[in-house]
Formats: sequence, structure tokens, C-alpha cells
Amino acid sequence: MKLNLKIWRQKSTTDKGHFEQHPIDGVIPEMSFLEMLDVLNDTLSAAGKENIAFDHDCREGICGSCSMVINGVAHGPTRGTTCQTYMRNFRDGQTIVIEPFRATAFPVLCDLVVDRSAFDRIQQAGGFVSVNVGGAPEGNSVPISKVNADLAMDAAQCIGCGACVAACKNASAMLFVAAKVGHLRLLPQGEPEAKDRVKKMVAQMDSEGFGNCTNQYECEAVCPKEIRADFISLLNREYLGASVFPRPM
Amino acid sequence: MVPSFLKSSLGRKYAMGFTGLLLVGFVLGHLAGNLLIFQGPEALNGYAEFLEEAGHGMAVWIARTGLLAIFVSHLVLAFQLRRENNRARQVGYDQESALVSNWASRHMFLTGLVILVFVIYHICHFTLGVTDTSAEWRVRLEGKNRPHYVDVYAMVTKGFQDPRVSLFYCFCQILLGLHIWHGASSWFQSLGINRSAWRRSTSWVGPILALVVIVGNCAIPISVMGGLGMSHGAPSHLGQIPALTLKESEKQRDLKNSMGGGAEKTGGFSIPKE
Amino acid sequence: MKLNARVPDGPLAEKWDNCKMGMKLVNPANKRKYHVIVVGTGLAGGACAASLAELGYQVSTFCFQDSPRRAHSIAAQGGINAAKNYPNDGDSVERLFLDTIKGGDYRARESNVYRLAQTSVNIIDQCVAQGVPFAREYGGQLDNRSFGGAQVSRTFYCRGQTGQQLLLGAYASLNRQIEKGRVKSHTRHEMMDLVLVDGKAKGIIVRDMVTGQIERHAADAVVLASGGYGPVFYLSTNAMGCNVSATYRAFKRGAMFANPCYTQIHPTCIPVTGDFQSKLTLMSESLRNDGRIWVPKKQGDTRAPGTIPESERDYYLERKYPSYGNLAPRDIASRAAKEACDAGRGVGQFGRGVNLDFADAINRLGAKTIAERYGNLFDMYSHITGENPYQAPMRIYPAVHYVMGGLWVDYRLMSNIPGLFVLGEANFSDHGANRLGASALMQGLADGYFIAPYTITDYLAGMKPSGDTTQTKEFAQTESEVGQRLSKLQNVKGKHSCQEFHRELGKLVWEYCGMARTKAGLTKVLGLIPELRNRFWKEVSVPGSGQGINQALENANRVADFLEFAEVMCTDALTREESCGAHFREEYQTEEGEAQRNDEDFSFVSAWEYAGEGTAPLLTKEPLQPEFVKPSVRSYK
Repeated sequence: MKLNLKIWRQKSTTDKGHFEQHPIDGVIPEMSFLEMLDVLNDTLSAAGKENIAFDHDCREGICGSCSMVINGVAHGPTRGTTCQTYMRNFRDGQTIVIEPFRATAFPVLCDLVVDRSAFDRIQQAGGFVSVNVGGAPEGNSVPISKVNADLAMDAAQCIGCGACVAACKNASAMLFVAAKVGHLRLLPQGEPEAKDRVKKMVAQMDSEGFGNCTNQYECEAVCPKEIRADFISLLNREYLGASVFPRPM
Repeated sequence: MVPSFLKSSLGRKYAMGFTGLLLVGFVLGHLAGNLLIFQGPEALNGYAEFLEEAGHGMAVWIARTGLLAIFVSHLVLAFQLRRENNRARQVGYDQESALVSNWASRHMFLTGLVILVFVIYHICHFTLGVTDTSAEWRVRLEGKNRPHYVDVYAMVTKGFQDPRVSLFYCFCQILLGLHIWHGASSWFQSLGINRSAWRRSTSWVGPILALVVIVGNCAIPISVMGGLGMSHGAPSHLGQIPALTLKESEKQRDLKNSMGGGAEKTGGFSIPKE
Repeated sequence: MKLNARVPDGPLAEKWDNCKMGMKLVNPANKRKYHVIVVGTGLAGGACAASLAELGYQVSTFCFQDSPRRAHSIAAQGGINAAKNYPNDGDSVERLFLDTIKGGDYRARESNVYRLAQTSVNIIDQCVAQGVPFAREYGGQLDNRSFGGAQVSRTFYCRGQTGQQLLLGAYASLNRQIEKGRVKSHTRHEMMDLVLVDGKAKGIIVRDMVTGQIERHAADAVVLASGGYGPVFYLSTNAMGCNVSATYRAFKRGAMFANPCYTQIHPTCIPVTGDFQSKLTLMSESLRNDGRIWVPKKQGDTRAPGTIPESERDYYLERKYPSYGNLAPRDIASRAAKEACDAGRGVGQFGRGVNLDFADAINRLGAKTIAERYGNLFDMYSHITGENPYQAPMRIYPAVHYVMGGLWVDYRLMSNIPGLFVLGEANFSDHGANRLGASALMQGLADGYFIAPYTITDYLAGMKPSGDTTQTKEFAQTESEVGQRLSKLQNVKGKHSCQEFHRELGKLVWEYCGMARTKAGLTKVLGLIPELRNRFWKEVSVPGSGQGINQALENANRVADFLEFAEVMCTDALTREESCGAHFREEYQTEEGEAQRNDEDFSFVSAWEYAGEGTAPLLTKEPLQPEFVKPSVRSYK
């Protein structure tokens, strides 16, 4: 396959950035999208030109590193992460536009690499259960209904890739925060800090400069782990409860 | 805690959803009242009189003040959120694509702006009566407790006889419907009521309400264009009503102009002809 | 060099308690004066950093990923073992210990393994308390499943993402400490070298991967939890970023590298489809429960699998191991696949694959049942290959998956360099020559939550806080060496990307130091690797500047270390003249083709010491004296 790649290049956060055209030949359908970029980088290296920087690591859809918008869709045309996108989903001669995740809260560091530490800071604000090593009770001492455990797992599957933010027209991080809040809210271990947690995490989310949720569910549509926007409703509910009734009396 | 709640993104979404809910409530109530037009002049005018008279004439002003406050809050929040959302993505994508969102959800701000323009026009048109240059329908009927009240039936049926006006109304109702389509579907989500099992059902609330609003509100201008109320305002009917005194009509016009309606000066009221 | 494993006295079951009782403590008010560096934020590193901070130490963490949560522990699928005996099927600490020792083919230190089994039960409690959403039964109790190498159900799991959930638990604990200001997290920072002051580990030199800045970081102790070196084979199920650099740099500073030749191969991975391939994807072993493995009898048979008649198929595992058949253990299944492909009977584009056929199972049970059992795996396969495994057989091939070898550590997880602790896959300690399924997560967390915090405390208690030593000549010296090396890499200005060299290296070690090894092959590859390395240093192209993000430079730096490390690994494989666990030397096999251990001569840990560039490393043996378990021969006929 022959393709025409239109790739975003940006030297640093302060650089303005521009698109660069890279025709590429010899792409085969079995290649993953990132392998296709590897091949391009090999050619660039051989020519002594700077490689295209992109985040990637596990290449099996779980680490959440890869972060590209391919032809306008976060992670590309197939459900799953960029690393699980294969070239057989593209046509010979096609122009492919490759852009970084775009959000003010995710500044571009270089080319397709963005800084998603805002997600870490949201987690640091309260995305944990305050338990020290050594203080844990017997694992089976608190039964957890299978329904709750399964729902918590649905939320906990979030890989923190940020595709939800990239796909949202407002660059909102609601699905991410909802998944994090939802996971711990659904388990008894998370209960004691639930109200504090949701308020702190939402406050941090707001201060990072993410946009607001407008219930379009584009986030849900691109989420590689298929996390449901239902968790956003849960987040809203939790937040209202925590704000209006922060204390039992 | 309430102020900080309302400062947060989620709190303001709640406020947006809640004010939207109240506004849609108003739209539906307004629609229900309007539909009395199909029951004839008495029903509609009786209803109008009821509204004006309720609570010694206070209720309508309380309602109007409340409505204005809600509307303005909805508006202010919309502008605020819009500004933040624009800030949240300063560099856009070269290629934009929407996978699941519909046109209505992506253009809430646009439809909202059109509705704002419409509401202003609508108030000028019917409530204040400043836009209609002929104004021949602003006939005052004798009231029970007050000497006169507006013949709403005549006002509406004559007002919609201008096809441009009717078309604009219908157009705006469609946009209002689209706005409600997404807005109402979002309530359950924004207000945190949605549950996984309900989501499918609640997603229908918007489209259904939108349909009700569009069909209901458009039915009136369309019916008028199709001949509804043509016979209204016949001399026999008119005969029972004392014509407006010039003095009153002057007062009425001065009031309109002073409220900034910007309406053209007309030669005063003329009694509707046959 | 003399190695002292510091194994405590006493009966096996009391060793850890005895050890803990003998340890010194640090006054709570003094703890914040001590600073510990943790390199790597996976299960071991993340857990250790959080636990140390909880105790009150000042901790700095470093990871090359953009977030601590992305460490490769996240990719572990199956589960985590613990001797809880919830199913009442006879499990116990002793049985878990025994299974792990046997699984490791009697090449692990008994005391370490016993402690691992003991702490396993605490890990589950800790993770539950953190909010890890383990699978539950309807009654709300924790669910267990069985896993390879054990006859009891002791594996706790979170769907197919156990590693992810455990890591997120450790990450959450870490976040809590970051929020409290006790942990300073440095993401997108790569350790470039270890700094020794007076022979003790006192800090590291790192490169800020965003700015390109070289930084000095000083501490009272350094913890390496930087994972395994699987990508020395280029293609593996490891993440692209997994590397040997942190441990290898420590090796070059004097830390011993133990058992580098113990590399585990997983039999059911999706085969290579081309030279461009960067990564191999693991498919759950459970597929072998219903799939039948075969290759055509004829060499170079390129007919579509469905058109090859039964009589021309070789169900080689069923033929060779009638009683275990397709369920033969990982190493045996892997080697048999290699043999078939070496004989030219492999399938697929490159002839490096075997069929895993579900046609019989689908006929017998119906496609619906198969979909219920393996639906997600079938989907994953068709997603990656674009083929429908319900209609045509899957193609599978073994791939490098985990490394048992790592830096040598004593019972207290400290390397031979005082103050340098090594945890998780980066050390060699608990799995012997072969790791059992669901044990890697257990080891990482045991090391991080329950062992290192004690042993590091003991180490720190014996010294005064050293404060900021970054201005010492040792730091300056090491930093300048790092800088020189990076500019050397950039100044080669050759014509080949470092990936090309990495690929080539991978092919070499996979060929000669992969599933089956021979003296001749290893000797040959030990000649080829230096050649390749020389070419690398003459022909590699590392474009871009040292400032800002430069992934080509990052890769080249790692590949350069792999090119040196590969030699240590092959040397170890050559020296170990026996077959044990994952290390299979073709010369040492039974008549039936099984691995033949040589307990008499090789019951030891090979610890290698750096002896300078271009010089073969020096071997020190840590004898393994099995006191409690008598080694026996495995048979799967």
C-alpha cells in the first residue's frame, strides 16, 4: 500500500507546530499503525532526519500510552487503542491525517506526544483509599456483591489514555473522572472518603482547564475500554450529594 | 457549600440542566395554553384573561420575573460554559469527526442564540406588540374585572397571516425543538438521575418533547395560514366591543415606543375591516 | 567475589520472622531525614515507594513513562497467587512454596520462595483494602481460579486485567503519598547511571526525557525496580520501553547479574507477520484446552489448512506426549513448535507458526460453546490478524515473555552493592529457572509492600543520613560519563536506525539463545554479538539534538546496553551445561527429549561480575543447598 501521511510536527510546547507530508510506500495490511510509523522513522533515521515523536509502550492496548487522532478520530478508525489499529483498515492511496490529542489541559510536548499529567494530578487529589500497608483487614472480611464488584471493574478498566478528552468537543475529562470516582464509590473500601474524594477530584479537574460535559457521548464512543457514560451520571449524582449534604447532620 | 458548588463545572451543569428543565416546563405550559386556540376565541381569551387576573394581576408579574431570572441564568451559564469550553481546546483538529453525537447536540449554542433572538422578537411581537406595523388586531375586549383586555385570539390569527412571520416562527420552533431534543435528553445525565437500565428510555425524552413542541407550536401558524381564525373579528363580533378610544390607543403606542420596541410609527389603530 | 546471601538461621517457616526481629529500626522522627530513590514504578517499585513514604521516608520515584501507572506490570493478564485456601482445596503456604520451587526447577533460593509464599496472603488483604476490584462470587466472597503448574485454585484475578488493577492499586497508594508531599514523582525521566560514593549506592544520574537535561539525584539508598530485559530478543510480549539499561548500568558499576540465561518463553502468541513487526501478543494458554496443535507432515506445504487431509497432518504434541497432549507445559510445547518449524513444516507466511485448530472442538461442542469460552480471545485474534479463527485454525508461535534472571540480591533484596536494592522482575530471586503463572505479580508486590520496607529500614538504621551529595566528585564523574556516552551515540552519524540493530540482535539471540541452546550456537553468537555491536557504534544514526524529546536517542541508548548485555546472557547460557526450567541445552536432554538437570554440578546461582569492556564477565557461584525439598525429575509423558 502507498499512503500519504499528513503528520503534525511541533518541536516543543511553545512552538507553533505545522503539518508535514510524508508519502510512504510498502505498507502492508498486517502492520499495526504504530509499526507503520516505525518504518517511517527508520527511513527518517537513515536520512539523518528527526524522528516523529509519539507515545507508545505496551502495544497491546493496556498501558494507555499511545495517543493519536487519526483522521479526526481518537485512536483511529477501529475501536481500541492506536496500537491496536491495523493498516488493513486503510485504503491504498489514502491520505491519513495524524494529530496529537488536542486539549489545553494536555499541552503538546513534541509532535504527537502530549503531557497528560493532569490526569495524574486528578488522581493525586483523591483517587485512592487511605490505607497504609500493614493495616489491611482479612480480604474476605467485607463481602462485596458481585454486581458492585463487576461494575467497579467496568470503571476500573480505564487505561487513562485520554481519548475521552481528545474526542470531546469541549475537551472534557468527565468520563475519566467518572470512571475513577465510580470505581471506588462502588466498593465499600472507598465509601468512607467518597464525598471528600468526589469534591477534590472534580475541583482538580476544573482547575486543570478541561471543558464541560455536554452529554454527547463521543467519549464513550472512542473509549478503548468501552467505559459507559453512565458513570458520568453517577459522578454527577455523587457530586451533588457530596456538595449539598457533605455531613450526615 | 452551595456557592462553591455553583462555581464548579458540575454544579453549573446542574444549574444549566435545571434551568433548562424549568424553561421547557414553561414552553410546554405556554404551548398548552396556546393550543386553546383550536377551541375557539372564548377559550383562548378566557385563558389569557385568567392569566392576567390571577392573584389580583400579580401572578403574571411574579411568573414573568421568575421566568426572566431563569432565562437569564440559563443564558449567562451558556455563555460562561461556552467560553470555558472554547478555552479547553484552543487548537482545533484539522479533521473533525463526530461518531455518535447528533447535529442538535453539537449546536446547542447556535440554536440557543436563535431562540434568544426569537424570544426577543416574540415578546416584541405579541407581548409588547411593537413589531407589527398594522397592529390592527390589537383590539381590546371588555373584561370582567377590567374594562379591556387584548383579544389574544385575534392577535394571533392576524399576526400569523403574514407568511414571513409564520415561516420565521416555524423555523424557530424547529430550532427550539432541536435545542430541547438534546437538552431534555441530557437532564437525566446532567442531574445525575440516569441509571444504566434507564438510559435507553430517557434518551427518548428529548426527541418526544421536541416533537411535541415543534408540532404543537407550528400547528398554530400553519393552521392560521390554512385559514384558522379568518372569520374572527367579523363586524358582528366586533360590534359588541366598543372601539378603542383614540386616547387609549395613543397611550398604548407611547408605552410601546418607550419600551424600546423600535417599532415604526404608524398612523394609529384602525378598526379591522371586513 | 564472595557472595553472602544473608539467609537467616532457623527453620524455613521462621526465617523471615527471625530476620525481622533482628532488624534495626529508625526513629519515626528521623525517618524524614532519609531519602530513598526508587527507579521504576511498576508493582514492585510503586508499592515500595508508597510503603516507604507511608513509613515517613522521603522518596523520589523515576519512570520513563509519562505516568507511573503505565509501567509494564499493567499488562499482566492472568492473576495473582496467594495461599489463602479459600476454596478449601488443601492449599497452604507450604504447598505454594513447593509448587514455586518445583516450577522453578529447583534453581531458586528456598528461603526467599518460602517468604514469598508467606507474604502472599497479606498481599491480597492489602489489595482488597486499596479497592482492587477482584472477581467475586455471588455471595460476595473473593473468587479463585486455577492456573498452570498447580493443582489448587489459588489465583485471584480481575477479569483478564489483574496486573492493571494491582498496579492501579499501588499507583493510588503512591498518589496518596505524592499528594502528601512525601513522594516526588519524576515521570519521563530515565535512569542513565548509578552513582557510588565510597562503594555505596548514593544516587543516580537521570535524563529528563522532555528537556534532555542530565540531572543528579542523591539519596541514602537506591531501589531498582526497573523490570526485565525481555526485549533483548527484540520481539517479545514486553512493552517497547522495557529495557536492561538501569540494571545493566548498575552491573557495570559492580552489581552482580544473576542467571541471565533464564528467559521464559510463552507458547501461545500470535506469530510474526513481517520484518516490521515490533511486538508479539500473548494469547491465553487456556486456548490449548480445546484447540489441537498441528503442522503439515510435508515440508513447505502451503495449502490452506482446511484442505490438508487428516492423514497429512501431524498433531505432534498428541503424538509425542500422549497423556498430556496439547496441554504439555509451556517450555515443552514451545520447544516442540520450534522443532516443527525448524524442520520446515511451520505454517504461515514465514513458516514460523503452528496451527491451533478448533475445528474438532467446534464440531463437538458447537461454535456457540467455543464462543462462550474463548470469545474474547477469538475476537482479539481476528482483530490483530484479520482472520476468523472460527473458520480457519489460529496460527501461534512461542514468544519471550518474562525473564527470571536479574541483578543478584541477598535475602534482604540488597545487591552486592550496599544500598542498592533490587525488586521485582529486575532481581533474580524467587522464580529459579522458570516462573509459574500468576507468580510475577505476587513477587513484585511482596517485594514492594512487605519485604523491602523492612530491609531498607534496617539498612538505613545503620547509617547517618548522607544529605545532598550531588556535589561530590563521584556525581560529577558519573554525570560526565553519561554525557560523553550520549554525545558519542549522536556523533556516530551512520545510516542505519538503531531499530535495525535491535532487530538484528533480536534475531541472533532468539536463534542461538532462545528456546533451545547449544554449545556451538552459543559460541557462534558470542562471536557475532561483538561484531554487531561494533557495527552499531560505527553505523547507527541518531538524528535530532540532545535537547527536547528525542526518542531515537532514548532507543539507541537502550539498544547499546542490550548489545552488551546479550553477551552476558549468552555467556551464562553457555556456562550452564545442563537443561533446567526455561534453559534448554540440546546436549542435555533425556532420551525422550526432556530437559536433563544436573544437580550435582549446577545447583548454584550464576552471578556475573563486570570485568571491563570487551572482557568476559567473571562468574561467582552462589550454591543452592536444598534443605527442605528434594529435587526430582519432571515428566509429562
